[in-house]
Amino acid sequence: MEIIVCVKRVPDTETRIRILEDSCEISSEGVKYITSPYDEFALEAGVRMKEAHEPVCLTVLTLGDERAQENLRNALALGADQANLLRGSLTMDGLATAKVLAKEIDSTKPDLVLFGVKAGDDDQQQVGPMVATLLGYKCATNVSNFEIHESVATCQRQIEGGTEVIELPLPAVITVTKGEFDPRYPSLKGIMAAKKKPLVTKDVEVPESRLIMTSLEYPPERDGIHMIEDGMDGIAELVQLLREEAKVL
Amino acid sequence: MSNFLVFVEQRGGCISAVTREILSVASCLAKEFGVEVHALVLGDDMLASSSDELTDYGADRIFLAEHSDLGTYLGETFSSVIVSTVKLGDYRAVMFPATAMGKDLAPRVTAMLDTAMATDVTQLEVSEGELEITRPVYGGKVFAKMRFTAFPAVISLRPNAFSSKKSSGAGHIKNIEFSLPSTEGHRVKEIETLGRKNLDVSEAHSVVSGGRGMKEPGNWKLLEDLRDALGPESALGASRAVVDAGWRPHGEQVGQTGKTVAPKLYFAVGISGAVQHLAGMRTAQTIVAINKDADAPIFGVADYGIVGDAMEILPILAEKVDQLNSEEY
Ligand SMILES: Cc1cc2nc3c(=O)[nH]c(=O)nc-3n(C[C@H](O)[C@H](O)[C@H](O)COP(=O)(O)OP(=O)(O)OC[C@H]3O[C@@H](n4cnc5c(N)ncnc54)[C@H](O)[C@@H]3O)c2cc1C
Ligand SMILES: Nc1ncnc2c1ncn2[C@@H]1O[C@H](COP(=O)(O)O)[C@@H](O)[C@H]1O
Repeated sequence: MEIIVCVKRVPDTETRIRILEDSCEISSEGVKYITSPYDEFALEAGVRMKEAHEPVCLTVLTLGDERAQENLRNALALGADQANLLRGSLTMDGLATAKVLAKEIDSTKPDLVLFGVKAGDDDQQQVGPMVATLLGYKCATNVSNFEIHESVATCQRQIEGGTEVIELPLPAVITVTKGEFDPRYPSLKGIMAAKKKPLVTKDVEVPESRLIMTSLEYPPERDGIHMIEDGMDGIAELVQLLREEAKVL
Repeated sequence: MSNFLVFVEQRGGCISAVTREILSVASCLAKEFGVEVHALVLGDDMLASSSDELTDYGADRIFLAEHSDLGTYLGETFSSVIVSTVKLGDYRAVMFPATAMGKDLAPRVTAMLDTAMATDVTQLEVSEGELEITRPVYGGKVFAKMRFTAFPAVISLRPNAFSSKKSSGAGHIKNIEFSLPSTEGHRVKEIETLGRKNLDVSEAHSVVSGGRGMKEPGNWKLLEDLRDALGPESALGASRAVVDAGWRPHGEQVGQTGKTVAPKLYFAVGISGAVQHLAGMRTAQTIVAINKDADAPIFGVADYGIVGDAMEILPILAEKVDQLNSEEY
């Protein structure tokens, strides 16, 4: 079985984001980068499939710049067999990203392609189902757990107020959310082995974005906090304020 | 003439609240552009029964796609019907709710139409004669405004971010014809739903969230009492710390690796306010923080705060809210 996991390099969730003056870009100075948290769930799912269904060839794929090699090496240390860096510029146009990834994925025709449900930076939740649509693969999104039996993936998809159980014949795309696939840490042995695994880089052309950013701004400042005394009278005052000032009760 | 098409999300025969919100903002925009709002309803039965409500919220045309296979949501079949409807008209934008269904559906439609899409939009306006959207990026730390150069633009709108306002539309009803793709073994086997009381945290108007400061799962009764006092449009939320501890289900988690919520009222109780938690709730309209540590970062984003012991504050708060709400009747 062939499995591909798509991962993206994004700013650490703790990082302070600073907008470059008079621009629609953020400063990369002092920003720490990580593999997007949901992609770690997807990778963990891929590694577990590999453990359960040998022989599996597990490939990690990313579109990004040279620095994403670090994230790919980390994925190799966690258990992927090979890595593929598509060197090209990142875009906020989800379909442009999907087209680039789909073209590469189509060249190997895998049985299963795993994505994070969303990327930690632009949070579009688009790329997975778009790749599936472009390739004509079956697709389940927001999946917290799945199993594969006889070329059918049975997925638990999280919906408002419940869970859907969906069956998908392979080849399929699954976008993974938090659930059963808590990521492991790389072992020393894994890190050593990763150095010898293949990491291939190739240049790609990313289609022009059809979304144009006109401004990037900090969220509107809140008016400042109104601190309320603890105790019976304070709580009564809070309820009054929520009704009369905030008008939310 | 480029109209707006709104996908109508239904659950158990009822139109979802976010659909009314989308229709409201769409009809506002349509007036500015001097165009129409069209609504598309998919399902297996009695679709026309929702048409009055759709008309009341501004739908000028209502397209009904009725088929026994459309009773349960499946991305493949739904996207195919939507795309064939879009192709029959001339649309500036196609709008979806940013719910599990809308987020599954809209990217498929975008890829089939080879156009551009913006997810989880919190503001929509007309600027220099063009449609402009605002959406939070980087975990809500910044807001991006964007325009499209491909049409129809596909947009999903965050629940609770827009208010619903009535404005009557022309309400012409039409049954549309379509063919369904074969789904080859792709199917929904079962749907496990939680009870009525468990309104999803992402759709609730008021959210009561608890964190590690609640000390133990047994204390959730206190949060439940406050939720109940707030009425049927309210739900429980949780921090990741308590979800990871197994005290609460992941479906309730708010934050970067949980749900993004934009309720009118958000209570953060015994939650420190880590950036990853803020990522999920900072677009709430009003935030109330209850924490015994006056230096907890949650006070930095809250509108109202009380420094004190949640176990003592919650019962009084629930009682006061309950009193206020029952005075009205
Ligand atoms: C990649 C990544 C993703 C993450 N995603 C999320 C996410 O989606 N959502 C999320 O919430 N977190 C997320 N986190 C975790 C986050 O960093 C914090 O660890 C978590 O939010 C802390 O939860 P907490 O506030 O409940 O607990 P704590 O930080 O332990 O805070 C408990 C608070 O309770 C207060 N308290 C204690 N006793 C009382 C009392 N009697 N009355 C009132 N207050 C009291 C304390 O003063 C303290 O402020 C993520 C972390 C990472 C690294
Ligand atoms: N540049 C990229 N390279 C590889 N995978 C990506 C890239 N961008 C997005 N993805 C994948 O698509 C998922 C959803 O991304 P998004 O639609 O941007 O929220 C991510 O979790 C990744 O799995």
